[in-house]
Amino acid sequence: MNRWFGTLRILAIIALVSLAAQARAQDQSIVVASTTSTQDSGLFGYLLPIVKQKTGVEVKVLAQGTGQALDTARRGDADVVFVHAKSAEEKFLAEGFGVKRYPVMYNDFVIVGPKEDPAGIKGKDVVTALQTIKSKAAPFISRGDRSGTHIAEIKLWKEAGTDIAKDHGPWYKEIGQGMGAALNMASASNAYVLSDRGTWLAFQNLGDLSILVEGDKRLFNQYGVMLVNPAKHPAVKREAGQRFIDWLISLEGQNVIAGYKVNGQQLLYPDANDPNA
Amino acid sequence: MNDFAQALDTAASLIGHFDPELRQIVGLSLGVSLTASLSAFAIGAPLGTALAIYRIRGRAALIVIANALLGLPPVVVGLAVYLLLSRSGPLGSLGILFTPTAMVIAQAILGIPIVIALVHRIMVDVWASYGDALLVDGASRLRATWPLMAIGRDGLLTAFLAAFGRAIAEVGAIIIVGGNIRGYTRTMTTAIALETSKGELSFALALGIILVILSMTVSALSFLLGRVLTGR
Repeated sequence: MNRWFGTLRILAIIALVSLAAQARAQDQSIVVASTTSTQDSGLFGYLLPIVKQKTGVEVKVLAQGTGQALDTARRGDADVVFVHAKSAEEKFLAEGFGVKRYPVMYNDFVIVGPKEDPAGIKGKDVVTALQTIKSKAAPFISRGDRSGTHIAEIKLWKEAGTDIAKDHGPWYKEIGQGMGAALNMASASNAYVLSDRGTWLAFQNLGDLSILVEGDKRLFNQYGVMLVNPAKHPAVKREAGQRFIDWLISLEGQNVIAGYKVNGQQLLYPDANDPNA
Repeated sequence: MNDFAQALDTAASLIGHFDPELRQIVGLSLGVSLTASLSAFAIGAPLGTALAIYRIRGRAALIVIANALLGLPPVVVGLAVYLLLSRSGPLGSLGILFTPTAMVIAQAILGIPIVIALVHRIMVDVWASYGDALLVDGASRLRATWPLMAIGRDGLLTAFLAAFGRAIAEVGAIIIVGGNIRGYTRTMTTAIALETSKGELSFALALGIILVILSMTVSALSFLLGRVLTGR
């Protein structure tokens, strides 16, 4: 009996010691609060080993929605935020939580839906497409999670003349989950959904879905990166975080981003040099 | 049915290759869940035993609470631990949010009520059968604890395995406090959640099959180890 407890105790000590050792080894690592789209599209899987090799910074990614990522950073639980909702990012800066916003890259949103397109939106501009979906009460999946994509969706509905949060029927389903989950649901229930192109291209469970609306300039999707303000949260790893940001917007980093392809298609377009992005 | 066949096939080839990332994920899952369930056991077993043999004030209430907490929702525990460990929270200076340590803490909290409730139930019976004899032998209640636990060891093992089972299967708490960071806090369950969200359904199911095999293996091994060490 004593032996039994002795073994347990030794196992517990070994486990705790190894965890402590792991904790010490994380000095050159930063936590980046980012979006589900950057992870689900496979960008980080491609990018981070290169970042580690070029800058020595090990990046730990929290794939959250833009709203949640900014909240995580507001609490001081991340060193860098890498998200895609310019208005929310500017609010974050104005509150003093960010040091400076750098544009990094863009891609675009697409409206995805069943191939048979029961509402008949294929090829229309995005405003007409949304108005058609609403007037025909065709099933539509909304992220509903304050993510960058959700914020963009609400803005697009507004341009289509609808305050969608207040004015919708049971055809409009807010699921409060990530992009992949929204695409899974759309695929399972033959619904329409707004997706970033990156996640869509990398997504595997297509079912009967295909792209129906694209190429409208209102569907533009800009990504930005910010260091969390060390003046607000002294634990922020300022040096390693800034090194990561500097590399992303360097010529080398921008070229690496441009080189990311899924099924031969370029996913993201670097634009760190565009002051208006 | 095709999905399941494909998942089985993927699972077999994953186990066959046993690639480094999978190895790391499996290692972390086992490490976190074992540490958490051992910690829960180390804290819960003495408490459960004490509740069985000491007539302390409020004992009935404590027992009711421990049993009521069996249904503690992981997502709530995750959120509470998150707020405690956040840089803006009371324990923020420790800097352990989004680390395996935070995951161990969350899972240990989930395991403790299970261990207390199960150990209490076992020890009540053991105490009823052997308590008087031990006291007559001149042992104090405190001294009697050790022989009592030795007598009830099979039940104690079950309590430990129940806590481990809860930990290894759990996703709601660790995805909040660990953050599902690749190569660092990604476990089997959070990886399954992620692959599902990426639409890689059969790959997710393949990971699920491996998780079930893993969990059954650990439970069987603990059970056998318990038998060997206790000489039965």
